[in-house]
Amino acid sequence: MVQLSTPGEEEGGARVMTYSEAAAAALARAMRADASVVALGEDLGRGGIFGQYRGLLEAFSAARVIDTPISEATIAGSAVGMALTGLRPVVEMRVVDFALCAMDEIVNQAAKNRFMFGGQGRLPMVIRMPIGIWSASAAQHSQSLEAWFAHVPGLVVVCPSTPQDNYALLQAALASGDPVAYFEHKELWATQGEVDPAHTVELGRARIARPGRDLTIVSWSRTVHESLEAAQLLAGEGIEAEVIDLRTIWPWDRETVEASAQRTGRVLVAHEAVQVAGFGAEIVATLAEHADALLARVGAPRAPVGYSPPLEAQARVGATAIAAAARRLARRGR
Amino acid sequence: MAPALSLVPIRLSDDHPEMTDDSQPDADRLLGLYHTMCRIRAFEDAAEEASRGGVSAFGQTSGTRAQVRGPLHLSTGQEAVATGVCAHLRRDDWLTSTHRGHGHTIAKGANLERMMHELFGRASGFCGGKGGSMHIADFSVGMLGANGVVAAGIPIAVGAAQSMRVQGRDAIAVTFFGDGALNRGPFAEGLNWAAAFELPVLFVCEDNRWSATTRTEAMSAGEGAAARARGFGVPALEVDGMDVAAVWQAAGELVARVRAGDGPRLLHALTYRFKGHVSVDPAAYRDPRELAAAMNDDPLLLAQGRLRELGVGAEMIEARMWAAREEVAAALASAEAAPWPAASAAFEDVQDTGSGRWFS
Repeated sequence: MVQLSTPGEEEGGARVMTYSEAAAAALARAMRADASVVALGEDLGRGGIFGQYRGLLEAFSAARVIDTPISEATIAGSAVGMALTGLRPVVEMRVVDFALCAMDEIVNQAAKNRFMFGGQGRLPMVIRMPIGIWSASAAQHSQSLEAWFAHVPGLVVVCPSTPQDNYALLQAALASGDPVAYFEHKELWATQGEVDPAHTVELGRARIARPGRDLTIVSWSRTVHESLEAAQLLAGEGIEAEVIDLRTIWPWDRETVEASAQRTGRVLVAHEAVQVAGFGAEIVATLAEHADALLARVGAPRAPVGYSPPLEAQARVGATAIAAAARRLARRGR
Repeated sequence: MAPALSLVPIRLSDDHPEMTDDSQPDADRLLGLYHTMCRIRAFEDAAEEASRGGVSAFGQTSGTRAQVRGPLHLSTGQEAVATGVCAHLRRDDWLTSTHRGHGHTIAKGANLERMMHELFGRASGFCGGKGGSMHIADFSVGMLGANGVVAAGIPIAVGAAQSMRVQGRDAIAVTFFGDGALNRGPFAEGLNWAAAFELPVLFVCEDNRWSATTRTEAMSAGEGAAARARGFGVPALEVDGMDVAAVWQAAGELVARVRAGDGPRLLHALTYRFKGHVSVDPAAYRDPRELAAAMNDDPLLLAQGRLRELGVGAEMIEARMWAAREEVAAALASAEAAPWPAASAAFEDVQDTGSGRWFS
């Protein structure tokens, strides 16, 4: 368990923590700095089901770390009321699949309020909706629905892939003043990494996770790690892949992706979400219009995620599949 | 009322432990309430007139000449509920409303002229022409907005109340919703939540008997809003929603309890929607005798009768309606002259992060 600094204590230097500890530490820092930051959701009093709120109830109060009924619509809807009246709520949806019970509140209320009422109010809220296959959790606990939210004007869409980014992007999301759809990945909670509290990340800025000259793999969330593994496989075959971690998919860092496309001439977008109408389609379409590059994408087949290991495996977009798609792309046009 | 009509009888139970104060509004107070009702009626009558040909629905085709366009949901006949409840609210109390929200907005203290500008889609409207009737709002008087989605205002009000708790502020939240909202999940969720956290929320079910174009009674199990509230342990009152004095009295009791920190309360006000679901809906699906019976209980007529009983002269009563109609006429004239929003406003107040990025 991460040691949360006590109120007033300095953040100190970089230290190794998990993706979930980084989230708790980032939220603790924001709550210390700003009394208007609150968190609400199911089981937060026990630290959240993934431990991503561990220590917060003890460090703050039940008034600010709010354990709620299993009422997703009211978790998100009440956060709209809180945001409009002076708080900065962090909303926990447990898994994105459950956020579907709160779609009116997220899409019709939170995302549209500021515009629809002519800027009378602001909606500084972060809606955390863990995505991704979580082994053996089957069709209703495994989806990656980030593209749905990228489609909705008014929302920022963030998908951190490392402990450092989960720390820095959560800070940035809270500071943005916008409603942010924040997608952590359920199989990344235990990943460890160095987190420097002083390191900041701007929303909408990608990270080049691995430089390379032959082709570009654009990805986000857990698939960044699969893409890095694919790049290792490819390197053994003499193909140097550049891996870009998009970090934010709305707004997405077109500048960095296009610059890379110009260097390598080939771009593959890889994501865990279903390929059909996934955000990869948007990136590839944009590059088709604006960049001179060969393009490809790889995502999950358009089938629900099955429970049994051989079934679940069909839905995974792993390093092998990404490397295979990259090889095909590398051969094209030659 | 003719027994053939199937209106749910108004059951005013004589067992209301919280009705400790049986005082009625005095003549001055009642005249003020009546004036608010006149302003709502005059506003909506004018908006209805300005909306003719403004929307394609119910066999009508919209033209280009209408000043008020799109769906216009009128609360004509329901003025006593908004008026009697909001009279007890402070400016810093929060209010969420429904798609039928003109009355709530006026009663909460919004400027009627800027409301008309919004209905006309002008830059000077409360939402800069971005919302129209269905999203009428004046956050500066605590009115957090009408809403195009049934029951959606309920969780927002609950959150506003919880926010006051967190911030140590003593304002309360009130949420209006219709009888149709009783059958949506956020009603059950919001009621439970407010009760579980003992939040300062007054739930007001404005029961006009119709869920859009379908009779609510045929679609709803159980004994209605108050009974459902009591099922969650939330004390509730039923009141004749056509009688502004009765609403004022009942709401006063409940607001006092909510403000005292006793947790949420619910007011079930039985009223009637004189118009169709939207302004162009002739409501041909309902028995005209039902409407006629309800119009006998027009809240403005009832209030006039009560005022006369209290010795207020007819001239004084009539002057209130004349004043309201004059105020609305001036609002119409200024709305017509008001500027349209600049096209660039379509790209303002969307979001800060990534602003300016309208395409990939």
